[in-house]
Amino acid sequence: MSEAIKVQSLKKSFGPIHAVRGVSFDVNHGEVLGFLGPNGAGKSTTMKMITGFLEPTAGTVIVNGHDVLENPLAVKKSIGYLPEGAPAYGEMTVKSFLNFIADIRQLTGSGRQKRIDEVVDRINIRNVYEQSIETLSKGYKRRVGIAQAILHDPDTLILDEPTDGLDPNQKHEVRNLIKEMAQDKAIIISTHILEEVDAVCSRAIIIATGELLFDGTPTELIAKSDRNDIDHAFRLVTSGKSDANKEPTS
Amino acid sequence: MSTLFSIYKREFTSYFVTPVAYVFIVIFLFMTGIFTFYLGAFYESNQADLEPFFRFHPWLYLFLIPAISMRLWSDERKSGTIELLMTLPVSITDAVVGKFLAAWTFTAVALLLTFPMWLTVNYLGDPDNTVILASYIGSLIMAGGFLAIGSCISAFTKSQVIAFVISVVISFMFILSGFPMVLDLFQGWAPQAIVDAIASFSFLTHFTSIKKGVIDIRDIIYFGALIAFWLYVNVVIIEAKKAS
Repeated sequence: MSEAIKVQSLKKSFGPIHAVRGVSFDVNHGEVLGFLGPNGAGKSTTMKMITGFLEPTAGTVIVNGHDVLENPLAVKKSIGYLPEGAPAYGEMTVKSFLNFIADIRQLTGSGRQKRIDEVVDRINIRNVYEQSIETLSKGYKRRVGIAQAILHDPDTLILDEPTDGLDPNQKHEVRNLIKEMAQDKAIIISTHILEEVDAVCSRAIIIATGELLFDGTPTELIAKSDRNDIDHAFRLVTSGKSDANKEPTS
Repeated sequence: MSTLFSIYKREFTSYFVTPVAYVFIVIFLFMTGIFTFYLGAFYESNQADLEPFFRFHPWLYLFLIPAISMRLWSDERKSGTIELLMTLPVSITDAVVGKFLAAWTFTAVALLLTFPMWLTVNYLGDPDNTVILASYIGSLIMAGGFLAIGSCISAFTKSQVIAFVISVVISFMFILSGFPMVLDLFQGWAPQAIVDAIASFSFLTHFTSIKKGVIDIRDIIYFGALIAFWLYVNVVIIEAKKAS
């Protein structure tokens, strides 16, 4: 397992607000890292810094040996990224959008169309292939975003809430896809669905108010709760350990 | 295929999948017609040239070009696609120049579709067609100047309305910078050299010779430098505040 992402004492402030305060972690190839935390905890901000969209206030991000500040294009080439909310050009059809991504990712020759077809079938968006993206449902939009992220078969995948807005069957499909790809890739996913962590992640990180509160396997996380309940464990970690016994049971 | 060309191609085709392109082109052609025949007194002048047609281009561009350029970056901000674009392996310069060239090509298409005007003047008389060609080229270069201003302004805001209004105001100052309404603002306190420099920025002054069919290298350099300057600022703005 070689190292794909190395994040060291990463900080980000927006004026007086400290969104991320010194977060460090590594992700190896073959790992699926689950990013957990309450809303506004700094998950998306951390992902935006890894992908080179935001510049860190301090700290370093190394992706496959390239520093994201010194060599952003090399980092962007090796990453596939699904931004929060899966933004896409609404007026384009799925077909022209994926072809645009293929252009930018410099997919050429006979492999290009084959790869597009492969991804379209794998993600199950063939039936909306000719439709414009703005007419699609939330679930389809999300899947087009995932298709865009994996099109160039990247070494490193960063997916911000990949299953948000999907129905239970679609969630299941996307989780299977992530597990399949996990063998040789380094994958970070953020999610609010804690069972998802148990189902697909080999490691979990909890961030709250910009600080790293937990880094370990899902089993270790569950073990934090005397009820063997991952939701309970999450609440224990994010609300401070001293309050453990006062935690409401609802 | 270079990433610049990929951006260009996506941007250019996106004009034609929405009604924007068709609405713009129809209005542009309609307005050039009105200006030429009514305000420009094309028939009454009894001259076989297109000076009455080109004379009003700066004023048409003042309102129509910001309508094209306002969406270039504002829309990316508003829809969040700027995050997608800026995390793809594309340099900001490629993105800015690709988008600008796409908008410029679109303007060229609109301008080319005024060819019935050229046919009309050739049917009615015997105009100097090299003069007309030179004027077309000059008009297109001036359109590039308006576009570069508009593209840069749209990088500041996610509101297309704000981008439009500010672009019109700045373009208006560039059109009129040789005239008292702008110069009076500076006359009282600024050194004469600065007042002269501001006066020399006027689009109208630089377009005067162009619309007579004279392509002066100084006018070309002026518009070229203007485009380069605004696109450079555009790159800097995107670089500095792509996420805000």
